[in-house]
Amino acid sequence: MLVLWFFVLLIALCAVGYVVGRSKASASAGGDLSTLHSLLSYHGWNVALSTFMAGTLAIVLWSFISSFFEGAPTIVGVGIAALAALAVFVLSYGRISRDYRARNFVEGLVKSLLIGASSIAILTTVAIVLSMVFETGRFFTQYPWQDFFFGATWSPNFRGNSDLGMLPLLWGTLYVSFIALLVAVPIGLFAAIYLSEYASSRVRSVAKPMIEVLAGIPTIVYGLFALITVGPMLRDYFAQPLGLGESSSSVMTAGIVMGVMLIPFVSSLSDDIINAVPQAMRDGSLGLGATHSETIRQVVVPAALPGIVGAILLAASRAIGETMIVVMGAGAAARLSMNPFEAMTTVTVKIVSQLTGDTDFASPETLVAFALGITLFVLTLGLNVLALYIVRKYREQYE
Amino acid sequence: MTDATANQPSNSTGKTSLFVEDARTKKRNAAEARFKFYGMLAVATGVIALVLLLISILSQGIPAFSQTFMRVNITLDEQVLDPSGNRDPEEIAKVMTFAYDPIINNSLQSLADELSAEHPEVTASALQGMLSKASKGILRSDVIANPDLIGQTVEYEFLANGRIDGYLKGRVDREIAALDGNVTPEQLDIADTLVEAGKLEKRFNWDFITAPDASELRPEAAGLGVALLGSAYMMLIVFCLALPIGVAASIYLEEFAPKNWVTDIIEVNISNLAAVPSIVFGILGLAIFINYMGLPNSAPIVGGLVLTLMTLPTIIISTRAALKAVPPSIRDAALGVGASKMQAIFHHVLPLAMPGILTGTIIGLAQALGETAPLLLIGMVAFVNNYPESMFDPATALPVQVYNFTQRSDPAFVERASGAIIVLLLFLLCMNLIAIILRRRFERRW
Amino acid sequence: MNDMRIVERDVNANEIKIKGDKVQVFYGENHAIKDVDIEIEDKKVTAFIGPSGCGKSTFLRSLNRMNDTIDGCRVEGTISLDDEDIYDKKVDPVQLRARVGMVFQKPNPFPKSIYDNVAYGPRIHGLASSKAELDAIVEKSLRRGAIWDEVKDRLHDPGTGLSGGQQQRLCIARAVATEPEVLLMDEPCSALDPIATAQVEELIDELRTNYSVVIVTHSMQQAARVSQKTAFFHLGNLVEFNETGEIFTNPKDPRTESYITGRIG
Repeated sequence: MLVLWFFVLLIALCAVGYVVGRSKASASAGGDLSTLHSLLSYHGWNVALSTFMAGTLAIVLWSFISSFFEGAPTIVGVGIAALAALAVFVLSYGRISRDYRARNFVEGLVKSLLIGASSIAILTTVAIVLSMVFETGRFFTQYPWQDFFFGATWSPNFRGNSDLGMLPLLWGTLYVSFIALLVAVPIGLFAAIYLSEYASSRVRSVAKPMIEVLAGIPTIVYGLFALITVGPMLRDYFAQPLGLGESSSSVMTAGIVMGVMLIPFVSSLSDDIINAVPQAMRDGSLGLGATHSETIRQVVVPAALPGIVGAILLAASRAIGETMIVVMGAGAAARLSMNPFEAMTTVTVKIVSQLTGDTDFASPETLVAFALGITLFVLTLGLNVLALYIVRKYREQYE
Repeated sequence: MTDATANQPSNSTGKTSLFVEDARTKKRNAAEARFKFYGMLAVATGVIALVLLLISILSQGIPAFSQTFMRVNITLDEQVLDPSGNRDPEEIAKVMTFAYDPIINNSLQSLADELSAEHPEVTASALQGMLSKASKGILRSDVIANPDLIGQTVEYEFLANGRIDGYLKGRVDREIAALDGNVTPEQLDIADTLVEAGKLEKRFNWDFITAPDASELRPEAAGLGVALLGSAYMMLIVFCLALPIGVAASIYLEEFAPKNWVTDIIEVNISNLAAVPSIVFGILGLAIFINYMGLPNSAPIVGGLVLTLMTLPTIIISTRAALKAVPPSIRDAALGVGASKMQAIFHHVLPLAMPGILTGTIIGLAQALGETAPLLLIGMVAFVNNYPESMFDPATALPVQVYNFTQRSDPAFVERASGAIIVLLLFLLCMNLIAIILRRRFERRW
Repeated sequence: MNDMRIVERDVNANEIKIKGDKVQVFYGENHAIKDVDIEIEDKKVTAFIGPSGCGKSTFLRSLNRMNDTIDGCRVEGTISLDDEDIYDKKVDPVQLRARVGMVFQKPNPFPKSIYDNVAYGPRIHGLASSKAELDAIVEKSLRRGAIWDEVKDRLHDPGTGLSGGQQQRLCIARAVATEPEVLLMDEPCSALDPIATAQVEELIDELRTNYSVVIVTHSMQQAARVSQKTAFFHLGNLVEFNETGEIFTNPKDPRTESYITGRIG
């Protein structure tokens, strides 16, 4: 609350700074404004921005430093920040004169703000890594890492002595993702080929947005679709008659629904990539008397192959990191099984269940979520970097 | 010449005629047709999946917007509710909810008496079981708000129990009722009688959209009010933070950043962040914002910050594309008349890129609105039935509320989950329409 | 009647390979080719010249129905190959293009090996029944493309690794490999340097012994160097069609004269 009031006052001070900065500059010009180096408003902004940044910087620094000392009162920090802001206010006000290069100074400040904004991207990554590394470290002091990475049993126990082997979760994740890709890659690829090579512009203008709508639908909707429609349907028409299982949540349910979710992802990426193949290649093949499909299969797709592989890797990374569909469609039982109609669970499902449970935060049962999180992060990051690298190389080839 | 084509074509050079399709060409054309068919099949599969998804959600969810109400004349007995007779709200408030039980029961008894002449199965206790368990509470708060009603007989419309509602919506039948502890087949008969007598009616229910969530036992009273408010707060935070930060970062990267390894790292970083699983952002929110910075659990402020970090890459990528689309000639023109680089960008380039930036921002917001997984980890999955008064109060979000509904055992919640999804999809539809209109309206070809 | 023509063909060197009769080509509303009548002879090089946008490339592409791949393109009148209307409903453009090959403005080797580039056509058309036969076709085609000696030791390197001129000769070899009767060339030298151009021009002259060659060029010198017959197009009309020497020394039409003397272009 104190901090909030501090910012209200700081902004008020900045407003005052803008007004007095302008008027002092105006006075220093002695009536002829054209003698000023910078426009009046720059002198105003100079005071206002400097003050604001000094105050904000001070409070951020304070909150960072104070986090190392127990019980440092906020009022001290706010006081220091207020002093800093006032000092800068006086300093920047004092510098105003006819020849003062206010515009250059303000632009420098703005540029540093812009740099600050861009560094948030880096900070986010650092925060992601830090937030998981420390807790993972704590987890591995309580639970041996070999058992985590290579353990084949997952049975967390409220009273401790849990088996927290990651393999069943990883297996579930990969199995679901595999089925999802099995659905999404052929459908997405063929849809992209049809839409970019065959469809008339009228068909394309209807069908393409419809497929892209699938990408705009939140995953929770797919999750519900898996839960109330696809799951029961698969159970009633496939699993039960074939004697393969009784559960409506299964690897198949989650995989198929996730595959549908990935169709637009694969198709729009492949579409871009196929369109990047120069028309000259198609002409060359058609000119030799190849049919359209021969041209696509033997010239266009091989030429686009690196890009398509990149797109598939990106889709795989999506599938591995997807949460809601598996939470609602795959089940919660950690199992190493080949039967796709059985409920299995994934890394993301367990992150959710371990972190939303009631267990003590310092217990290995909760901390394991961070170890799972970092595994997931590293896995998807690896796929993304590889995919982006391949796609970039591919694009350079045709530029 | 035309004669020659009309007759059997000449085959003078020993080559096969163009008019005769040889066996190999036939085979190749069949392969061509097959291939094309696979393509059509793939497109059709995608479209059918979309249609199926929408039909499934709509058919399950539309009933959630209407609710069954039972019309009951309630005599508000002064002896019970305000023994002192001075209509002092504080004293009335002292009367606990369970004291309203007999009042409702008496009214139901008179309704039963009225109908039992023709329909002997109608009894007060059966009727009581058909009313929502929320009724007493609603009655009490209404009386506290309007003390003048005491002593009068007022017609109230109470929510019917979820099972009775399900019967009117066709979800519950006598076979199911026989197996269900919460409703009997006789009560369904009574429901038919009441419908005939005009005492039971299904109509549009605003409370589904505005009311807060309700407990497991009262699916008929559960609404989306808290979730909508929570989502609105978060969207506000995302808009206020992600737009300026995203635009600032894009301007730097697109216009000022020198080509060096630092810039390269930032660029690779941004494209990777866009592909980091959303749940990882939830872990970040839990560890940094809640555990480290001490922000409250389940609060929209934390959700807003997490979603901001998540949408930033999307906004940066689309903003940079919008900035790139402004031709360099505009910058040169501004620089040519003596503007500084900063002035050229803020006065000329940015306004021209604004429609593109806003379109990207709206799409980023739409993505954030539908995001569920990270919000689960920062505690928004908790049961909240008070409207949040600020960004620091516990709240839920629309997609999380959907998840919440699906985790409850009463099947009436499935309908409400689908209904909530319809509300969510309507919002997304509106946002995307705005984005499309913006793009159409201001689209510029240089 | 057929018999008569066969006899005639044996004696007459000026055998007509492709005949266009009142050909009109439209791109949507745009009338790109107007009323063109032309007779293209076998075993000769015919050059199409004219200012850019005059329709010469459009007309060339309509000779093997490459225009079919462009949306909204429509051809009226008749174009016949050996007296068979190539726009007849019964004609499969795939079969037609096997007999009327095409080489494009920019060298466009496929991202495959040199060998696979040349073997592509024979493979899809089923011209070889064994590996040895295919090898023979590839070698013969590369020799005809006058590039065999340069690539024989690296047949399995990617075709995209060759220089521009080599790539274009590879594309010619690729077109020749399907044993076409007519070879259409759309400004085959415009992306090449003078030395590579000279090599390709020499090659075109050699190809004349086996094929009927039609070449579109914007260079009048090139037309004069390689062709026996020249057609001058202007604004979609075939203005003049005659022996090359005649066109360049004694043009009949004032427009042709202004073009070759450099006043329009």
